[in-house]
Amino acid sequence: MPKITFISSKDIRYEVDAASGLSAMQAAVDNAVPGIDADCGGNAACGTCHVYVDAAWIGKTGPARPGSELQMVQLTDDSRANSRLACQITLSDELDGMILRMPQGQH
Amino acid sequence: MALQAIQSDIASSIPLDRFDVSDPELFVRDALEPYFARMRREAPVHYCKKSAYGPYWSVTKFNDIVAVDTNHQVFSSDVSVGSFVLDDTTLNPVDGGIYLPNFLGMDPPTHDVHRMAVSPIVAPQNLMNFEPIIRTRTRKVLDSLPVGEVFNWVDCVSIELTTMMLATLLDFPFDERRRLTRWSDIVTTRPGYGLVDSWEQRERELRECAAYFQELFRQRKLAQPKTDLVSMLAHSPAMQELGPDEFLGTLVLLIVGGNDTTRSSMSGGALAHHLYPREFDKVKANRSLIPNMVSEIVRWQTPIAHMRRTALIDFEFRGQKIKKGDKVVMWYLSGNRDEEVIERPMQFIADRPRARHHLSFGFGIHRCLGNRLAEMQLRVLWEEIMERFSRIEVVGEPVRVPSNLIHGFIDLRVRLYK
Repeated sequence: MPKITFISSKDIRYEVDAASGLSAMQAAVDNAVPGIDADCGGNAACGTCHVYVDAAWIGKTGPARPGSELQMVQLTDDSRANSRLACQITLSDELDGMILRMPQGQH
Repeated sequence: MALQAIQSDIASSIPLDRFDVSDPELFVRDALEPYFARMRREAPVHYCKKSAYGPYWSVTKFNDIVAVDTNHQVFSSDVSVGSFVLDDTTLNPVDGGIYLPNFLGMDPPTHDVHRMAVSPIVAPQNLMNFEPIIRTRTRKVLDSLPVGEVFNWVDCVSIELTTMMLATLLDFPFDERRRLTRWSDIVTTRPGYGLVDSWEQRERELRECAAYFQELFRQRKLAQPKTDLVSMLAHSPAMQELGPDEFLGTLVLLIVGGNDTTRSSMSGGALAHHLYPREFDKVKANRSLIPNMVSEIVRWQTPIAHMRRTALIDFEFRGQKIKKGDKVVMWYLSGNRDEEVIERPMQFIADRPRARHHLSFGFGIHRCLGNRLAEMQLRVLWEEIMERFSRIEVVGEPVRVPSNLIHGFIDLRVRLYK
């Protein structure tokens, strides 16, 4: 069961245990992590689960995928090379310990 | 109730191929839901052969709407092939309308560049700067209301607050702000619906709007960059190429987007308070529910009834053969009542779980840019209402906007109680 840490823009940490196969967004929502709104419910269609993948982990998750995810990420405020939509990151044992930082606000 | 029963009866008895849910009269009578309910059940992707706006497809189920909204490769918003609203006269130079191109009526890549030029002003980080002024004005407006007397909530609260906000965003001369309301209203109308008598009048007033803003634009361009939208447009590298039509089109988009929508949610919230007082009691007892209730208001009201796309290719969708060039209407108003996605969708439930999961802001690259501003304005409004009034009583029948796009009110007579 991978453990994921979400860190808010004010440096508040939220550690969650989540089952492999779930998305990082679902893990955040199930554990009521504030700052992951997930308005569209996991369709890469709203950009409200925007996260920055920690440098040590971006190699494993890969960057935002071309198509809906990349398009939505590019339209968010303060989009960076390590920007992802949490709903498009599938959790696995390989991602145990991953750190995801959240933006100041979801738009 | 009798009237609703009649509507329900009509919707269940006439053949589906005669359904035309674009008729503004249905909106005036608030009679859509029985039609939409039957379409969701029996013909979720429905073709209307003949309407005042020509033939069109209706997409009525929540997840189908998301699928269309996020597939801009097939379902285009681009003004060159159609429009993002059903009525072509609203934004295109056909049948009396004038050309009002803007980034909502564009596909990528130009869309992205223009959208990002405007986006920062309504980004959450920037909105925090606006909250104190929104709160001060909201208090002032609410404190000026005549408790115990009957008045029009739309005019005294919804229009007043949203127009002040818009004037602030644009740094528009404050005393003349009701001109913004007027311009906003006439963009989405046709002659014969009570606002303009002729196409010429609509065009003349919109040209006045263009001239007014061109002068503001000229002044802002000469001045140092500021944080208002007109100054941002004037100093944005991406926006330097805007021709006069695109300039007016972009402003009109920002004016309608920032005005009619939140206005309707402010009015819809008052009606919900009248109809579901116990839901508001829950929130009064637990103010942390206000943001959730705001999302529920935005879902329940659905201030933009539809957005339209135009098919770029022949495309089979849910078993229906959509042809290149066909108009495809996503009825957000129907999707937000889809019982397969939203439990007890007709009910207003202030503490509804996952209330943010609604269609009112659209999904995909054209998703509402001002959604966070709208939510903030509504949150502040309800925080302040809860401090002041125990009850909002709606007196008489609400008068609704005759439009299949703007799902709102012209007149909502209310009486307030301390």
